[in-house]
Amino acid sequence: MSEPVAVTGLGALTPLGPDVAALWDGLLTGRSGVRLLEEPEFAALPARLAATVDLDGRLDRVEARTLDRVQQVALVAAREAWADAGAPEVEPERLAVVLGSGIGGALTLLSQDAVLRDRGPRSVSPHLVPMLMPNGPAARVGLELGARAGVHCPVSACASGAEAVAQGLALLRSGAADVVVVGGAEACVHPLPLAGFAQMRALSTRHDAPAEASRPYDKGRDGFVLGEGAGVLVLEREEHAAARGARVHARVAGAGLASDAHHITAPDPAGTGAARSVTAALRDAGVGPDEVGHVDAHATSTPLGDVAEATALGLALGAHRPPVTAPKSCTGHLLGAAGAVEAVAAVLSLREGVVPAVRNLDDPDDAVDLDVVRLTPRAHPHEVALSTSFGFGGHDVTLVLTR
Amino acid sequence: MTTTAPTEQDVLTGLADVLQEVVGTAPEAVVPEATFDFHLDVDSLAMVEVVVACEDRFGVRIPDEDLERLRTVGDAVRYIVDAGAAA
Repeated sequence: MSEPVAVTGLGALTPLGPDVAALWDGLLTGRSGVRLLEEPEFAALPARLAATVDLDGRLDRVEARTLDRVQQVALVAAREAWADAGAPEVEPERLAVVLGSGIGGALTLLSQDAVLRDRGPRSVSPHLVPMLMPNGPAARVGLELGARAGVHCPVSACASGAEAVAQGLALLRSGAADVVVVGGAEACVHPLPLAGFAQMRALSTRHDAPAEASRPYDKGRDGFVLGEGAGVLVLEREEHAAARGARVHARVAGAGLASDAHHITAPDPAGTGAARSVTAALRDAGVGPDEVGHVDAHATSTPLGDVAEATALGLALGAHRPPVTAPKSCTGHLLGAAGAVEAVAAVLSLREGVVPAVRNLDDPDDAVDLDVVRLTPRAHPHEVALSTSFGFGGHDVTLVLTR
Repeated sequence: MTTTAPTEQDVLTGLADVLQEVVGTAPEAVVPEATFDFHLDVDSLAMVEVVVACEDRFGVRIPDEDLERLRTVGDAVRYIVDAGAAA
């Protein structure tokens, strides 16, 4: 089966602002959500940039103290998406949640480790385990919405959010659910993860110009910027959406998954795994490469990754060169949330017929043979969008979205 | 911690503070006949936090095996007052 499903709700809490409207406005105007981390705990780090979100006032105090930050961002985005979908009436046994995270409740793990060392085991929070478990964000959203058709958490590093969309599509096609809330969440801005990514030489160190640090496809790019936040979409079987007269933003028409088996973190420079995920997604959607109207690229701003992805897109799309955009130039890299936030962005591009420009693309890399949109958004009505996501571990996930 | 054994009113007030902090309970709901699980919506995880906070606040120990006897606010207040007096 390869039937599409309807996207009836969107939610996003990102470094560009509190909701989907702020995300879209930020991408269209090319705002940066990146800042220098000036708090003392970051002072010794070689890379001190991050793209953070503002959660003040979004959850009540009691709710906040039993939820890790990654669960908080997931809940905020899920509430927006659910309300945007019109809070569909659906039997609990026909409602599922698939919400991925790359890292899980790292902030709780780290802060409670300090509690254990300083004050002993009886001071450790009884909420520790549900706060740190990677499936926590999915489970919290499932609890709040009363989802009883299954709650799942794909963990595939920076492809987790996209893989959640793919799993949601599969659940709906299988007939296991009528509505699936899908997405990704991440919140691990803390000295330890930053130190770890920095030791991999994966992070930008452009401390003198934080807003210019994330620059996919630019010759001067020197790594990604760690971001936090969440993206959530409400997916629905077409008949279910039609029966309740739901507004349909766009459709998820196909998904393709592959794996590199090349290196634990480095992208395969030949791009074959990534290309296979694109080809598989197009086949799943019943769409030809020439029909692709725009690509919402993974493009994290690392020297190797951006070129490997460009090579992969060339392999999969042949001579066709649709406009390409890279939201991470504005949002930073939201790891396990990235694929979901970018699926939201791709849906908006399709719906509005506009492809946002890549921020900070001053001097395009000659090794990138793509039509990358720069300087100003491009008005471009189209029917088919691709969103690519790749993760440490060699995970390749491509989504096909249609109007 | 207190240096002298607290009165029932002291403990009731202190317990209301703890419950407000841990589960957001309105202080006026913390009455002797209120049950933790049904009336005050304190689940098993929150109850652990309440116990640890009370131990710190009143300088008593509340072993796990005694927990099932503490169904209501009144049970807990009497237990803490008695434990404080025995200490």
